Amino acid sequence: MATLDRTDVLDLAALAPGGVTADTRPNYEGWIVDKARLIEVATAVRDQHGFDLLSSVTGVDYFPESMEVVYHAYRTIGGPGLVFKVQMPRQDPMEIPSVTRVWPGAELQEREIWDLFGIRFTGHPDLRRILTWEGFEGHPLRKDWREAFYEDDYKPLKSRWPEGHYVSAEEKSPYKDNLQFPPNFDPEKAVFDGEASLYGALAKYTTVDSGIKTDHVVLNLGPQHPSTHGVFRAAVVLDGETIVSLKPVMGYLHRNHEKIGERNTFLQNMPYTDRLDYFNSMSNNWGYSLAVEKLMGVQPPERAEYLRVIMAELSRIQNHLILIGMLLNDLGAYFTPALYAFEERELILDIFEAASGSRMMCNYHRFGGVARDLPDGVLEKIRGLVEERLPRKADEFERLLSENEILVSRMQGVKVIEGDNAIRYSMTGPVLRAAGVPYDVRRAQPYGIYDRFEFDVALRQHGDLYDSYLIRLDEIRQSLRILQQAVKQMPEGPIIAGKPQYQVRVPAGEAYGRIEAPKGELGYYVVSTGRQNPWRYHVRAPSFINITPLEKMCVGQKIADFVAILGVIDIVLGELDR
Amino acid sequence: MTQSELNSPGYEIPEDLQYAVSITTLDRLYNWGRRSSVWPMMFGLACCAIEMIAAQAARYDLARFGMEVMRPSPRQSDLMLVAGTVTKKMVPNIVRLYNQMPEPKYVVAMGACASGGGPFKEGYNVVAGVDKFLPIDVYIPGCPPTPQALIAGLIKLQQKIDRQSIRRVRWYQKGADTVEIPVPVLGPDLMDPRRFAEIKRLAAQNSAAQSDAPAEPAGKA
Amino acid sequence: MYGKGIIKGLSVTLKRFVDTYLDDVVWWGRRYFKPEGIAHRSSKNTRGIFTVQYPEEKLPVPEEFRYVPFLVYDEREDGSKEIRCTSCGICAKVCPPQCIWIVRTNDPKTGHPVPEPAEFFIDADICMNCGFCAEFCPFDSIIMDHDYEIASYRRNVFNLEHLLKPASYYKNIRPINYQRNEHERQAKLAAKAAKAAAESQTLA
Repeated sequence: MATLDRTDVLDLAALAPGGVTADTRPNYEGWIVDKARLIEVATAVRDQHGFDLLSSVTGVDYFPESMEVVYHAYRTIGGPGLVFKVQMPRQDPMEIPSVTRVWPGAELQEREIWDLFGIRFTGHPDLRRILTWEGFEGHPLRKDWREAFYEDDYKPLKSRWPEGHYVSAEEKSPYKDNLQFPPNFDPEKAVFDGEASLYGALAKYTTVDSGIKTDHVVLNLGPQHPSTHGVFRAAVVLDGETIVSLKPVMGYLHRNHEKIGERNTFLQNMPYTDRLDYFNSMSNNWGYSLAVEKLMGVQPPERAEYLRVIMAELSRIQNHLILIGMLLNDLGAYFTPALYAFEERELILDIFEAASGSRMMCNYHRFGGVARDLPDGVLEKIRGLVEERLPRKADEFERLLSENEILVSRMQGVKVIEGDNAIRYSMTGPVLRAAGVPYDVRRAQPYGIYDRFEFDVALRQHGDLYDSYLIRLDEIRQSLRILQQAVKQMPEGPIIAGKPQYQVRVPAGEAYGRIEAPKGELGYYVVSTGRQNPWRYHVRAPSFINITPLEKMCVGQKIADFVAILGVIDIVLGELDR
Repeated sequence: MTQSELNSPGYEIPEDLQYAVSITTLDRLYNWGRRSSVWPMMFGLACCAIEMIAAQAARYDLARFGMEVMRPSPRQSDLMLVAGTVTKKMVPNIVRLYNQMPEPKYVVAMGACASGGGPFKEGYNVVAGVDKFLPIDVYIPGCPPTPQALIAGLIKLQQKIDRQSIRRVRWYQKGADTVEIPVPVLGPDLMDPRRFAEIKRLAAQNSAAQSDAPAEPAGKA
Repeated sequence: MYGKGIIKGLSVTLKRFVDTYLDDVVWWGRRYFKPEGIAHRSSKNTRGIFTVQYPEEKLPVPEEFRYVPFLVYDEREDGSKEIRCTSCGICAKVCPPQCIWIVRTNDPKTGHPVPEPAEFFIDADICMNCGFCAEFCPFDSIIMDHDYEIASYRRNVFNLEHLLKPASYYKNIRPINYQRNEHERQAKLAAKAAKAAAESQTLA
């Protein structure tokens, strides 16, 4: 086995001569792998070179010549990642081997590429549409697929100025609504079988002859359910109370973020990123700015970097507090811990509102810095919270909940996932760290100024529900440590590099910017062709990928444990469905 | 509701009897009871749901308005607060839930997405406003509306309830108690059963127009 | 002892319960319906009842707060409205969901564009309150409002009439921004007037 040095640069072409070439497009990085050698190269990369965490699999439509599938792989010991791509000519049918046998975490992401691009993955265990529904016409993210309210390929739209007579989008479309149908379509005669493939994918239950004749129940949890944290649906097969098989269904909040993102300019995408993980808009903005600033080659000034860290860590604290509150809501302690958590969150949101203008949709980062400086008195408020109130409150939560016998008996011992399984399924974030794998992007590949702060990576060993809950309290305490240092060290100075401008032209190339969001690793893959609008804009959403091993985690557990497990993985539908 | 609002205007009640006697109409009493205990259905779809929960939480306590009981079950709730973007995949479920709610029921569109599609209006999976399927009583713009804005909207709903009258409400008239909305079907795109004939006609029209017009190039500009 | 954890938790709840009475006593008479009471309940020392009783007590919004935008007009001496907007169209171009519609007309005599919008529509049912229009307006003429009580029984598409609000209102809600921008604006107007005076001098 080669030495697992964090800094060695991998020469992939030497690994599989003839099948791998370097990607020489200007401002692109990585390797182009031959379709036929993909599995061989992937296995070698994972086993011999230690790239055990497949961070992101995404597709790009280089209309009209080719389509591409881009893989980003990382080592859990830290360090820079490996980018490799597979290209294929753009004509149906497009097929490439699935990497789920190497990295099972690619399962849901490959389903998404099939749904949105139409690329088939041979060897995939269950290739169905995921974000749209079975029966949907077309593959939406292709460049030649137009939606019903299509007006133009790029914003700003010419119909708004100078001849901007108000016409609502409904009046302009042929069906007077956001609808489009195939030619000569007759709705009364058509037959739809959308759910059959879902129920067919559930495992068949074999009756065990124990003397009593029993039957299995197919239960749908959601999409409207108090404990699914949004419109998430799980179809489960139950044997009594034990789960035998489970299939997640998502797409109930699929808001076409990526398609709209390709039409927006780079700056216009910033408020849309707020709405991904709507609890932590400060973190989402940062990930997107990182990716675009990599392409533009700008570096924010010192004060802006400190402001970014302060806002992101405050965001992490309020996210974990809400998670603890909502988790306890699901377990039955309605609604006391949630009310206590919301009280602290309101005080943090007051700071966001004073600094950026909005409680939740902050729209605070710009390319090269932040939008506004802190008004007078806000830094005192932050100091008061971070040095006096929040540490006290974290201890209060510990006293309130951690030794509670009901909590302990419900959560201790209920295994969520083992460490090495979690890595294989591309899980990141607190759930991974609760299972004993100390992978945190702030340490593995520091961004911003995180290398200046002294903090520990929170880690727990057992990987059960109780540890996943305790690790959130650990992370709150570490965030408070970072905040106390940042508030002391923050200098005066400018808050943005250069003048703020709305016509941001980004040089051509690709970039992958990733941060440690409170829910996991949040990554943005941006491809630019040199104009104001991105060519491809993909969000690597931690909630979406942390759901990949949901079946594996829940089979054998009781239905009540399913609710707790879903609560502890910390999903938010805005980024799960994008 | 204060004593002065409950009393019918024009009747003078002496000072010492103010808190013991009230002269009112059946309408006022009936509406007072209903508007002071509107039970919302726990129906958050997206980001607006968080502001709805924050309005429920300690700082903006909705319990002061009688709305503390948030029922997940539609059979036990009065108000459907559509909070968040309504997507085509979710609409059949929303309509089914609306049908399951017993009268009297109200719908409030919270946020820009539920009122008119919001910033995601141009998306292929987004319904441009839930009023395409459900009758809406109050629209609350904002993205997201702060909890104070939400409470302002709910107060407007309470004022609307105050103006209703037993003689004219739908559920006490002859005929069906509620209007059931047919559940839309997910085909190549979302299909509303009330518009099947129209869709068929427009599909035929559009395919005729497409076969006449020359094929237009699409893609890179 | 089994149950120790539950009792520990209950003691936290009991302390909070007692705090609600203690804080009422310490802040007797000043806690509710007074601005200092509201400020105390939003500070780091808040304990006890956290509720801000809207609509009787409104939590003040900070200056940067963004809700639906509005257009600024200055009042002339004769009472007519001078709309600051010149229909340059930057706000319409920069708006992410493209919810601003502007009609700019041309002066029939000179052929130059008239520096006033003929029509101006904002669809508040699409607006995402991001603030880009206000941030990038070069004439300080479109500003994010603080008024959040705009729920209605109909859809909300605002036309020019509805959107116009006086500069005194702008000064009221955003004093710091107003001071800073007014400075720049007056300097620009003075420079423009000086240039016009110099041109008329050379012509004469």
